[in-house]
Amino acid sequence: MSDKTGTMLYLDGVSVAFDGFKAINNLSLIVYPAEMLAIIGPNGAGKTTMMDIITGKTRPDDGEVLFDGRTDLTRLDEAAIANLGIGRKFQKPTVFESQTVWDNLEMALRKPRGIFATLFYTADAADIARIEDILNTVRLGHRKNDLAANLSHGQKQWLEIGMLLAQDPKLLLVDEPVAGMTDSETAETAKLLREIATTRSVVVVEHDMSFVRDLGSRVTCLAEGAVLAEGSLEQVSANPLVIERYLGR
Amino acid sequence: MLTQALFRALDRKAIWLIGILVALAVLVPAANLLIPPGQFGHVPNYAVTLFGKYLSYAMLALALDLVWGYCGILSLGHGAFFALGGYAMGMYLMRQIGNRGVYANAQLPDFMVFLNWKELPWYWQGFDNFAFAMLMVMLVPGILAFVFGFLAFRSRVTGVYLSIITQAMTYALLLAFFRNDMGFGGNNGLTDFKDILGQPIAAPTTRASLFAATAIALALSVLVCSTIVRSKLGKVMVAVRDAESRTRFLGYRVEYVKLFAFVVSAVMAGIAGALYVPQVGIINPGEFDPANSIEVVIWTAVGGRGTIVGPIIGAILVNMGKSYFTGALPELWLFALGALFVGVTLFLPKGIVGLLGQYRSLTTRREQHQPQTPGPMQLEAGLDPQPKAAE
Repeated sequence: MSDKTGTMLYLDGVSVAFDGFKAINNLSLIVYPAEMLAIIGPNGAGKTTMMDIITGKTRPDDGEVLFDGRTDLTRLDEAAIANLGIGRKFQKPTVFESQTVWDNLEMALRKPRGIFATLFYTADAADIARIEDILNTVRLGHRKNDLAANLSHGQKQWLEIGMLLAQDPKLLLVDEPVAGMTDSETAETAKLLREIATTRSVVVVEHDMSFVRDLGSRVTCLAEGAVLAEGSLEQVSANPLVIERYLGR
Repeated sequence: MLTQALFRALDRKAIWLIGILVALAVLVPAANLLIPPGQFGHVPNYAVTLFGKYLSYAMLALALDLVWGYCGILSLGHGAFFALGGYAMGMYLMRQIGNRGVYANAQLPDFMVFLNWKELPWYWQGFDNFAFAMLMVMLVPGILAFVFGFLAFRSRVTGVYLSIITQAMTYALLLAFFRNDMGFGGNNGLTDFKDILGQPIAAPTTRASLFAATAIALALSVLVCSTIVRSKLGKVMVAVRDAESRTRFLGYRVEYVKLFAFVVSAVMAGIAGALYVPQVGIINPGEFDPANSIEVVIWTAVGGRGTIVGPIIGAILVNMGKSYFTGALPELWLFALGALFVGVTLFLPKGIVGLLGQYRSLTTRREQHQPQTPGPMQLEAGLDPQPKAAE
């Protein structure tokens, strides 16, 4: 196909089965540079499995997964994919609990990842400024020396978003970012993600429909491992199939 | 770069610890050699050797802590690296015996004469040279750890499975070294040492020097471990320990991080073994016994894993207890050791050092009960970081 060029993420005919159960079934999806895509769908639709495939945790049985229109992601492992510029935020906030907020961000900061480069690393002024900047963005400046374990659930979500920013990825995969957040935090998160999407590609998986509305992006509804409907939120939520399978009557 | 890393390594605790070890390296030999027996302050010869042995155990425990406490790799076979370092040193010491053995054969160690071997096997070549032997002390455990770790970590063998195969590794080496055909003295191992670097091995001055060397080696190990754990790599090691797959998604090659820690640790354990052998005068396959490796885990757990000073304290205290118990109540020692491990696991998950830390944070919290102004998000989340009732 010719439309691979100019895409940031390109999935074509991807399938994966676990013990005979088709978690992803002939899934095709395209994300363009500096574009946000929201993915909705019922539990078990394959949203997280799709992220596992993109980030190298799961190998697809079939299909093509390309990054930046040319790099075949199915041949690479997690670390290599992360270093290509794909960052992932997990459904359950996963931060390094026994370390401080600052150290979490310092580890995530985009820097050479080699053993000896890491051993002899010293944060220079630019790195410190960058971390301070991210701390302000995710509003954790006052907690930078606290252990990540002592943050509230919503703050952990923000810290993980901050770690994503520190990685400076070209593509962000964000799995249920507003679970456990208050309404005002949710609105802030939508604003932040919209801002990020002006320069990078963002894929957001979310159940919270008002949050998806706030994102104002293209929406794809998955069900049973395949695309059920695509378009604006209005189009998708008016689709009779989506109403029947996901939104309910 | 290196100076920055070293500078960062030297926090107050590390400076104190290194200072104490260097002071011991000077004071204990001085008190042994310069103060005549019977006078106040004299350290008897047996005590110098005994504490030298404890310090080499402490180094082994510190090495284990680097992989277990900081990187989450529970190695139940670290005694193997210690024993390999010990064997490399033992081989050097065997070659120094020369024609003073029972069979007075200058070319071959006694056990080879006994086995009717005609010439020195190829892998014994070079061990009459001290520098070569010291190189092997580091290289042999290092290379074994590299190969073993490369295969295990690349295949993502973790947790209890990794512990079991490390145990299998040391057990396999135990069986191999028991065989006479291996050429390491079989069951009896290597012993009857005479000289080290031209000095009689049992002389008080040699013993005192070995003690000093062990204390200095331990001080250097503290410096190396402190440099590693306080660097960004040390933080990544802790990240691997706490959330391995998350670390991968940050772009770190977890297998290499583990491999680095494992090899550094094995080399350190090898050096500890090399310092242990001339002080106890023997190395035999018993050192590969899986039970030995498990004991090292207990020392580390008792002292406090994930700290630098913890394993050192643990190794010294438990071994002092062992020396006492096996003398006074020999049949009770293993029960005491088992009870200790169960007790520490249940009541002191962070060991003795963790207990002290808890006490300290309790007292400092009492001193500064003035709460900081909580941030807006803390209030939103309904978190009350400090009790205000105390005012």
